Amino acid sequence: MAEASAVELSRVGHAYGSRQALTDITLTIPTSEIFVFVGPNGGGKSTLFRLLTTLIPPQQGQLTILGHDARQHAAEIRPLLGIVFQSPSLDKKLTVRENLQYHGAVHGMPRRIIRQRIPELLAAWDLSDRATDLVERLSGGLRRRVELAKALLPSPKMLLMDEPSTGLDPAIRRELWERLRAARDEAGLTVILTTHFMDEAERADRVAILDQGRLVALGSPEELRARIGGKVVSLASSDPERLAARIQERFGVAASIVTDSVRLELPREPGWTDSLLKEFPDAIDSLTLGKPTLEDVFIAETGHYFGPPGESENGGVGEVVGRA
Amino acid sequence: MTSLSTPIKGNAVSEAGPLVSRMPLSGGVAAALALAQREWVRFLRQRHRVFGAVGQPVLFWILFGAGLESTFRLPTAGEAALSYREYFFPGTVVLILLFTSIFATISIIEDRREGFLQSVLVAPAPRWAIAWGKISGAATLAVAQALLFLIPGMWGLGIPWHFTSFVAMLGLLLIISLALTALGFWLAWQMDSTQGFHAVMNVFLMPMWLLSGAFFPAGEGWLGIVIRMNPLTYGVSGMRHLLYWGDADAATWTRLLPSLGLSWLVTLAFAGAMMFLAVRATRKRISGDLL
Repeated sequence: MAEASAVELSRVGHAYGSRQALTDITLTIPTSEIFVFVGPNGGGKSTLFRLLTTLIPPQQGQLTILGHDARQHAAEIRPLLGIVFQSPSLDKKLTVRENLQYHGAVHGMPRRIIRQRIPELLAAWDLSDRATDLVERLSGGLRRRVELAKALLPSPKMLLMDEPSTGLDPAIRRELWERLRAARDEAGLTVILTTHFMDEAERADRVAILDQGRLVALGSPEELRARIGGKVVSLASSDPERLAARIQERFGVAASIVTDSVRLELPREPGWTDSLLKEFPDAIDSLTLGKPTLEDVFIAETGHYFGPPGESENGGVGEVVGRA
Repeated sequence: MTSLSTPIKGNAVSEAGPLVSRMPLSGGVAAALALAQREWVRFLRQRHRVFGAVGQPVLFWILFGAGLESTFRLPTAGEAALSYREYFFPGTVVLILLFTSIFATISIIEDRREGFLQSVLVAPAPRWAIAWGKISGAATLAVAQALLFLIPGMWGLGIPWHFTSFVAMLGLLLIISLALTALGFWLAWQMDSTQGFHAVMNVFLMPMWLLSGAFFPAGEGWLGIVIRMNPLTYGVSGMRHLLYWGDADAATWTRLLPSLGLSWLVTLAFAGAMMFLAVRATRKRISGDLL
């Protein structure tokens, strides 16, 4: 019965009125993969998420989820999905256990199974001693765990999460990922999540980078980084635009501006950084050498800066200087 | 969150296959019962809500009862002495039902905004179960709150107690509640702000109650016509009949009301129509689903 692929998108597109939110997306997600859709806000992630949850049917192209056509057979797909929304879906006036109970009932689970599953999940997510606490009394990290326990209660085949890390501190994020991997290893769960944190996408088995509704890159984080090659240099400067222009002029390499620092792919051996420092001793405040990140991949593929949330609309997008 | 608020427009969803739940009927009923139970659990955790739903109508009853006592006279029954407090009594009970229904259905908008509803919307449960759960939970709560006033009120006014007519009255109150909650559900489902609902409440729901014969009897002229066209009028008149069941004195004026049979009939039709609208509304995908 196990499907080879959990999700197949073939030329999927979606428009809200005249605004095309998603264009021509084709990709396949195998079962038991941890897959991340990453991109800036407005990149099409939310629309994709809605399509995958069957909240909206696809307008263009073909979407198959767990062997069922999403346009015609949403009702078959729904019982197989565990969904964690970006905004919390817990009832704060109910206890942890009650939230799980009602969720089970809305998913058509028999009472006997609900009673049996709840203690299992509470134990797995270290919530056993909070079962009778009202959700409004829990911390943000604990609420996330309850959300996940709730989504996994009906034993879904696929877990969908929209921006699950928003509002979580790094330690809790790491813990979340460990738990997700454990759940995947144990139950063969397919995990699909969206995020606008590039560093988070690095943890996935495979990543799809979305920008302006289009798929700009697809592959494992290693594969994508390998496209950039060697190393990446970050230069802090009081006048990054001028510095970038001068580097471009002097060395003929593409330089982009990322949050007030100049970023460029290292075209030659590491010793080249010395000549950079020699050439612009006053303009460079500091120099950082690092492995390329998915953010560098994003810049290389789209030609513009991947801004932190909220900045992308008001000047956060820096043009890559000197890119052909 | 900003990127999630884009509304679906035009034919965005017209290609959709039918969203028919594969859940068996028993599963739908269990889901509805769970959602109804949730309404009760939430209510019992926020017991102060009872003051809003019962307190204000009772205050109205006391104040209007005192204020209008000396001037009120039933237009068509000079011989039957009926105090305004007693005339207004069934109307106050119906006002409690209306307030409870309004408060309960406003919570749909909160459920939407706070996110609880989104996980219900993508669940395999059929949409009618979502509507029925909310409506039946809220309607039974409304009747329970009405009883808090109805029983002491009957005792205080010295209205005689008959078991059969009282049980029938409870049934009627439940159907009125179902009608009002379903009406509120239908309105609230399509709204994304509680402010909008308050506006509807003030210009539509409150006048509906004022013009139901609850506050003053239907006379001649246009006001009388409006009152007779209002389906809630028949809930109030049904209640008056059942309160004074077998009371010959009261019959001198209750016979001028719509008959008990007609009251039942219109109230049942009202509830049926509102339930139909409420369930039908949940089948449509609207932009609010994506909040």
